[in-house]
Amino acid sequence: MSNTKVGAVADERPEPPTAGLTIVPRSGRFRWVPVVIVLFLAAMLTESVLLNPRFEWPLVASYFFSPAILHGLATTVWLTVLCMTLGIALGIVIAVSRMSDIPIVSGFARLYIWFFRGTPILVQLIFWYNLAALFPELGFGIPFTGITFFQANTNHIVTPVTAAILGLALNEGAYMAEIVRAGISSVDDGQNEAARALGMTRLKAMRRIILPQAMRVIIPPTGNETIGMLKMTSLVSVIALSDLLYTAQSIYSRTFETIPLLLVCCCWYLLLTSVLSVIQGRIEAHYGRGIVRAGG
Amino acid sequence: MSAFMVEALDVRKSISNLDILRGVDFTVARGEVVSLIGPSGSGKSTFLRCINHLTKITGGYLSVDGELVGYRREGDKLYELGERETAAKRAEIGMVFQRFNLFAHKTAIENIIEAPVQVKGEKRKAATEHARGLLDKVGLAHKADAYPSELSGGQQQRIAIARALAMRPKLMLFDEPTSALDPELVGEVLEVMRGLVADGMTMIVVTHEMNFARDVCDRVAFMDEGRIVECTTPAELFDSPKTERARNFLSHVL
Repeated sequence: MSNTKVGAVADERPEPPTAGLTIVPRSGRFRWVPVVIVLFLAAMLTESVLLNPRFEWPLVASYFFSPAILHGLATTVWLTVLCMTLGIALGIVIAVSRMSDIPIVSGFARLYIWFFRGTPILVQLIFWYNLAALFPELGFGIPFTGITFFQANTNHIVTPVTAAILGLALNEGAYMAEIVRAGISSVDDGQNEAARALGMTRLKAMRRIILPQAMRVIIPPTGNETIGMLKMTSLVSVIALSDLLYTAQSIYSRTFETIPLLLVCCCWYLLLTSVLSVIQGRIEAHYGRGIVRAGG
Repeated sequence: MSAFMVEALDVRKSISNLDILRGVDFTVARGEVVSLIGPSGSGKSTFLRCINHLTKITGGYLSVDGELVGYRREGDKLYELGERETAAKRAEIGMVFQRFNLFAHKTAIENIIEAPVQVKGEKRKAATEHARGLLDKVGLAHKADAYPSELSGGQQQRIAIARALAMRPKLMLFDEPTSALDPELVGEVLEVMRGLVADGMTMIVVTHEMNFARDVCDRVAFMDEGRIVECTTPAELFDSPKTERARNFLSHVL
């Protein structure tokens, strides 16, 4: 009975539209306004920066590949790579300690993060550089017993290079620890349970199952940190380590070509951060396996 | 060698002041299929997880294949075993979870060969061959290279069963294997489990699928408030339960 009724209603409907209708997008009548504004700003920038002779772009170009600058650049790059690598390794250790169920271990990790995140990196660097003022001799032994295994003059061990590495890596470790912890917590506990049920030890489950999945969450902020580290290395100029910025500074203190040399620095930093962004994109795609496809 | 695959005597588990298991006595013979049923919160899943030491017991005695899981006995003391030893014991016990828990960053076949290669040290090639056979067995040979996110719940659970079987376990534990599935996908998973029963696998199945418990299992254990209240053949439990609690529970689920 209801069948015939439905049929009757359908019969009275207007002719259904045929396929192949053209869709006309909404015509934005004022779309040209932002375009004009942007072009205007670009023209302003070209006139005032690129065509401004006071920027001395030819001078910038002549310094760009000068041996001293390239040497400073090399220092900046290896310092970034080394400190970031140490920072990530340290971060993983601190993050795992922070999640330990032994209170004194997690407490120590908290204290570490609290201290190194809570004090300015510039102060930490200067502090490491002046370590000799606190401990003229560095040694390793058993506390309160007077037994020492080795001992050396602090100024021989803590050079500007070691002070820079210590300062930057220890500081980075604290930030990376929080990033790694967030990544590990983002992985469903069932993954760990399944791994353990299959006979994996805690360490193997962490290495084979948890960390690879945590990477998806860890990579983007780590990319940020790496770019931050690249620029943060410029702070080592305060402890007289000849990185990119320090090299530029020592040149313009002689020649007074302050602006062009700072521009050289900026261009190199921009170039390197661009390269890092590309690498980050590649790594993200790699660790997105099994997730990206979920969109469908 | 013990006659029992699983032997539990007065197994207890409490977390802070909450008693979850209040003395579970339970045995499973080799090749036997037993299901655990009971209201939620009765301790079924907890007891299952105690069997492979994912949850630590706080009292009693629990052995698998005549050996303590997670402990070493000296006189009348039980010493907790180290990580590696416990892990090695767990490797012999397969487990299937309610939420599948497939490794999300690995394809179906990678999920299956992961533990044989990483835990047992099998050669990748041999493990892959074995895995293909298992995929075929669960009817998913064509999904070998799919990621879990590309599979339906039923398919994921069948892969999870294949993953557990890849370790050639002597005992399989199922923790509500069909509870997270859409109704139309339950059948395919139960089908695979029936196949295992036919192969003679020793199985303990926590389930709400009363038909499965009735048709397939040798015995059904009814759990309530941290104890096994009745444990008998499906016919006897379902048709003439002896206790009021079992009668009450069954009247709600059947």
